[in-house]
Amino acid sequence: MRFATLFLTASALFAQSNSGDWLHFQGNVEGHRHSPLKQITKANAGKLKLAWAMQLDRTDKFEASPIVRGGIMYISEPPSDVTALETRSGKVLWRYKRVLPDNVPFCCGKVNRGVAIAGDLVFIGTLDAHLVALDASTGNVVWDVAVADYKKGYSSTVAPLIVKDNVIIGSAGGEFGARGYLAAYDAKTGKQAWRTWTVPAAGEKGTDTWLGDSYKYGSATTWMTGSYDPGTNQIFWGTGNPGPDWKSDKRKGDNLYSNSLLSLDADTGKMKWYFQFTPHDVHDWDSTQVPIVADDMWQGKLRKLILFANRNAFYYVFDRETGEYLLGKQYVRQTWAQKDLDAKGRPTVLPNTSPTEQGNMVYPNSPGATNFQAPSYSPSTKLHYVMTRDEGGVFYSGDDTYKEGSWYLAGRFVSKPGEEATGAIKAMDPKTGTAKWEYPLSSPSWAGVLTTAGGLAVSATGDGDVLALDDTTGKLLWKFPTGGKAFANPISYTAADGKQHIAIATGHTLWSFSLE
Amino acid sequence: MRFSRILLFATCLAAGAWAQAGQKLYQFHCAFCHGKGDDGFAANLVTPNLVHAPTETSLLNIIRNGIPGTDMPPALGMTDAEMSEVAGYVRSLGRSAPTSVAGDAAKGKVLYSGKGGCSGCHMVEGKGGRSGPDLTQIGAMRSPSNLRTSIVEPDAAMVGGWSMVHVTMKDGRKVSGIRLNEDNFYLSLRDGKAQLQTIDKSATSAIQRDINKSSMPNYSKVFNAEELDNMIAYLFSLRGGL
Repeated sequence: MRFATLFLTASALFAQSNSGDWLHFQGNVEGHRHSPLKQITKANAGKLKLAWAMQLDRTDKFEASPIVRGGIMYISEPPSDVTALETRSGKVLWRYKRVLPDNVPFCCGKVNRGVAIAGDLVFIGTLDAHLVALDASTGNVVWDVAVADYKKGYSSTVAPLIVKDNVIIGSAGGEFGARGYLAAYDAKTGKQAWRTWTVPAAGEKGTDTWLGDSYKYGSATTWMTGSYDPGTNQIFWGTGNPGPDWKSDKRKGDNLYSNSLLSLDADTGKMKWYFQFTPHDVHDWDSTQVPIVADDMWQGKLRKLILFANRNAFYYVFDRETGEYLLGKQYVRQTWAQKDLDAKGRPTVLPNTSPTEQGNMVYPNSPGATNFQAPSYSPSTKLHYVMTRDEGGVFYSGDDTYKEGSWYLAGRFVSKPGEEATGAIKAMDPKTGTAKWEYPLSSPSWAGVLTTAGGLAVSATGDGDVLALDDTTGKLLWKFPTGGKAFANPISYTAADGKQHIAIATGHTLWSFSLE
Repeated sequence: MRFSRILLFATCLAAGAWAQAGQKLYQFHCAFCHGKGDDGFAANLVTPNLVHAPTETSLLNIIRNGIPGTDMPPALGMTDAEMSEVAGYVRSLGRSAPTSVAGDAAKGKVLYSGKGGCSGCHMVEGKGGRSGPDLTQIGAMRSPSNLRTSIVEPDAAMVGGWSMVHVTMKDGRKVSGIRLNEDNFYLSLRDGKAQLQTIDKSATSAIQRDINKSSMPNYSKVFNAEELDNMIAYLFSLRGGL
């Protein structure tokens, strides 16, 4: 009994938010994936050891990145389950197992990228397009709302974002012609606060950027977590490809607001500004990468910026208050547009780069220059760390018949035959749009990057070697071969025993490393 | 005998038409991940034995329900009849239909182990070399024309997993072999003596990868036209019980 009391006291202490917590998908709402922890340094990173590992119950792809609060970790397991763990030992405290209906639609695996936490509740978006609030102590369902109808091609794989009193959730379904949206739900009650559609409806502004009524199946889904600027009360969220992906003659026009960055008022969801990176996309280059909210000097003046490394192989900087385009620069090999964007940041598309029945070779391939690999921004180096891939693709156009709840792709792509894709972790300097350093990878990786105040840039190779690099030079400090392919993003946190950990999922295992 | 031949012909014809209808559905539902069958990012379907689908029933079940624990989704919006058509097409990708070929398989077999020296590098039913793919089921996997290309233009019929790598170590030693695995730090290969080696890349000074080059010699000058036909007939007869 006495022991229990002591334990509870310790728990209560940790339950308060501290710098060792990891409270959002990206660590903070600004999207930095940066830890202020300094116990692990450049000098001692070489001594990192595996502290514990947690094996998945299933063999679906593990794309989740955890949340940590008060010594407890919350992570989603595919397809739509949630597990709570003790952080010193990795011991499972509870598991929520969602029973999914048959025939839920998913394009690219039964995946989930993480949970969100607010108050006593843990939130998960599910493959059947629900938003579920679980009691953080028991895993019991507190509320469960249908955000969209999965039979129409909707699913949720995105880690929700907590903004003030709301849970912000997007959807997947861009390969099923599902009209995209971003929605806010009251965290306490599960009542919808607002919903902003990413494709206009009949009579609304922007339908003239779609041929005929093609906007009805326009997709532009929101399947990666966005960011939030408390200073200007704006939510920044990227949108996905227009539907159908590869054959586009029936959706002529720019196809707003696909492949765009949206700035929304956090209280109403009303669009303040947008920027479309790839008008009339025909290569499935979703612009769902995480936008980075950062303040930095820009041509002699401190400015509120948004940094965005796009799947289309261009790197962008904007003024986040006005949406003014400040910089756009190619950062990975590409053959689809002129090297220089125009004065407003619009690409000049080169001829013969669209998909054809016979196939057309273009760089980058459909997975793009970067994708759902979450980036990192370090406030100390002021660099933006991006996992990139370099690969050509052959794009084919095909049958484009829309059928509710079924594939709406109208084509496909394959990797350029006879070429081996490579990758690199690039430390981008937002001031120039060029890499300060890059760490080459013999094959591309789907892992994101974490930076820490201890001076590390952490990621994993595609083959599952977890790496710690020097954040200013890119020099390798430590590696650990996990032997499982990496599709997830690393985090850092303080465990219940006060030690700094670095955690990442590869294969079907979550790994947590610390110093001895 | 005569009857069975006619029956076989009729079956092939029906299967062919079935597979053709399935091809269109395959393009719509499957090609996104599986490509043409062997050039997508999902499992290779151009193989006589599908690991998850040894029987027609299991293949249909997979198309209907997907494969739990993998990225393979259930069929969305396909009727039972359409699923059968897709199954027929998928099976046809990895199993060439038996047709008559011009050459003499018995003579081809003699060339295989004699003049051709093929068994030095390839295995058939557990006997032979280890430098090239196992040919036990090659006739079920390939068409006669593809087999011809493999022999007279090996680079054009390369299959994954068989490219050579030539490594120079910092101490001057040279190692060559079939590349089995490579990541940022290690390279594994099977050398000419069939030894499995894993090399720490930090100890190497140069690595040359023959990505699109087959290590198989070009046999267009080795065999005359008749011998080539006989070789193809022999290889096409290797179906490993399928």
